[in-house]
Amino acid sequence: MSSGVLFDAPGPRTIARHRIYTVISALSIAAFVAWVIWRFYENDQFTAEKWEVFTTPEYVRVLLVDGLLKTLQMAGTALVGAVVLGFVLGVGKLSEHRWIRWPAWLVVEFFRAVPVLLLMIFLWYTFGIKNPGSDYWAVVVALTLYNGSVLAEILRAGVLAVPQGQSEAAYAIGMRKTQVMNIVLMPQAVKIMLPAIISQCVVALKDTALGFAVTSPGLTYVVKQIYLEFQNRVPAIIVVASMYILVNLILTWLATLAQKKFVGEKEPLQINATGTGPIIGGGPVAGGPRM
Amino acid sequence: MEAVTENWDLYFRGFGYTLFLFLVAGLASMLLGTFLAACRVGPIAVLSKATAVYVTVVRNTPLVIVFAFFAFAAPLFGIHFRWLDVHIGDYDFTSFYGAAVVSLTLYTSVFVCEALRSGVNAVPLGQAEAARAIGLPFAGVMSNVILPQAFRASVPPLASVQIALIKNTSVAAVFGMAEATATMRGLNNNYSAGVPLFIAFAIGYIVLVELFSFGAFRLERHWRIAR
Repeated sequence: MSSGVLFDAPGPRTIARHRIYTVISALSIAAFVAWVIWRFYENDQFTAEKWEVFTTPEYVRVLLVDGLLKTLQMAGTALVGAVVLGFVLGVGKLSEHRWIRWPAWLVVEFFRAVPVLLLMIFLWYTFGIKNPGSDYWAVVVALTLYNGSVLAEILRAGVLAVPQGQSEAAYAIGMRKTQVMNIVLMPQAVKIMLPAIISQCVVALKDTALGFAVTSPGLTYVVKQIYLEFQNRVPAIIVVASMYILVNLILTWLATLAQKKFVGEKEPLQINATGTGPIIGGGPVAGGPRM
Repeated sequence: MEAVTENWDLYFRGFGYTLFLFLVAGLASMLLGTFLAACRVGPIAVLSKATAVYVTVVRNTPLVIVFAFFAFAAPLFGIHFRWLDVHIGDYDFTSFYGAAVVSLTLYTSVFVCEALRSGVNAVPLGQAEAARAIGLPFAGVMSNVILPQAFRASVPPLASVQIALIKNTSVAAVFGMAEATATMRGLNNNYSAGVPLFIAFAIGYIVLVELFSFGAFRLERHWRIAR
């Protein structure tokens, strides 16, 4: 039983046929990869002067400190803000008072449906394009608002995923609303939410690249300077993409770890893309297909 | 407010481009994503592994980087989209449009692949075993039992992916498309009318997202199966 629900265990003839398919597909993949590498080579993308800059200590330092570290700092600042905002909005959406619940719902739905880039450009102009730091804060505030709204939804789903008996028992022993939330529901909900929150970090980190449009500091800015100076666009993009991919893979690995440790065999927490969207069931991918 | 009221034509043209980007890239990403998913869940280990690597690489790359990579690297492979020069009414579909659609399609299709795969994995193993036990051939097991359930289970995540695509079309603004986000940026330069302009364009996106979302919700409810 290798391929699960789709195929029965293959018999001898099928195994022979699969062997032919394997050879054909392996050859075509190899041919395609070879063609890509050959085209890069033919167009002088592998020459030493195009890659040398990425082994020069001075530039590597700029790439790591002014690039990667700055990007991580932007994503980190935005995520701290997003967790705070998400907590406030999430608790607001769970409130029993209509006048708290509805504004929280409105804010969450608004910022989830608006493209981050639109928000970023708007904030950039609002902060003043010429003002120093406006590009940086446009990225951070836009990511805070968007991810805060998503985290609010994750928090709500996390709290609702705690078995109802927990809060009933807490009320029964005479706890107040705040106590039930803080002492009983939240500690359990955080465990359920943690993998989804880490997956959201991947989204936030990827979206820092949108800062390219508002000339914010970070990886995209540094890389643009490098490829304008050395005329090595393709190598520069490959390097910056690898850095993003590496950090994201580490985050995904952490999310899987947290899923195993805190949630176990249960399905990862999933949320809808919008308030009116279809109800998302569980999926095997940690955190579901997030973009 | 006059920034919007004086420029309704630009506003609707911007969202027209957004919609055209979404429709073509959405359809193309569904096709490519289905192909990727077929490779991913298929019995050929080499294809499955290669697709897994491709999906991991693309889904962890920021969309802006995918756009940039395609813009910089595609000419090396002789892909220019210079042949693309279609004008329909007010709309011009040129090389920028072609590059944007391809970038959005490449990026979105890996999420489509993951959504479809999660749908296949949502079908309980017992369903396939029961279908085989009553003597259905492979084609029958697939077309009558597995794929209908897998497709229905993947409607909600697919809807999420396509909603994200609607919002992601905004990235085309960075690469020369005059769609809604670029239009807002342009009007901001001329009018410096921040908040009303932003609200107007935000509402445009919200309308698109909520309409699509509502449609997906109706579909999902229509096709839902009792488990």
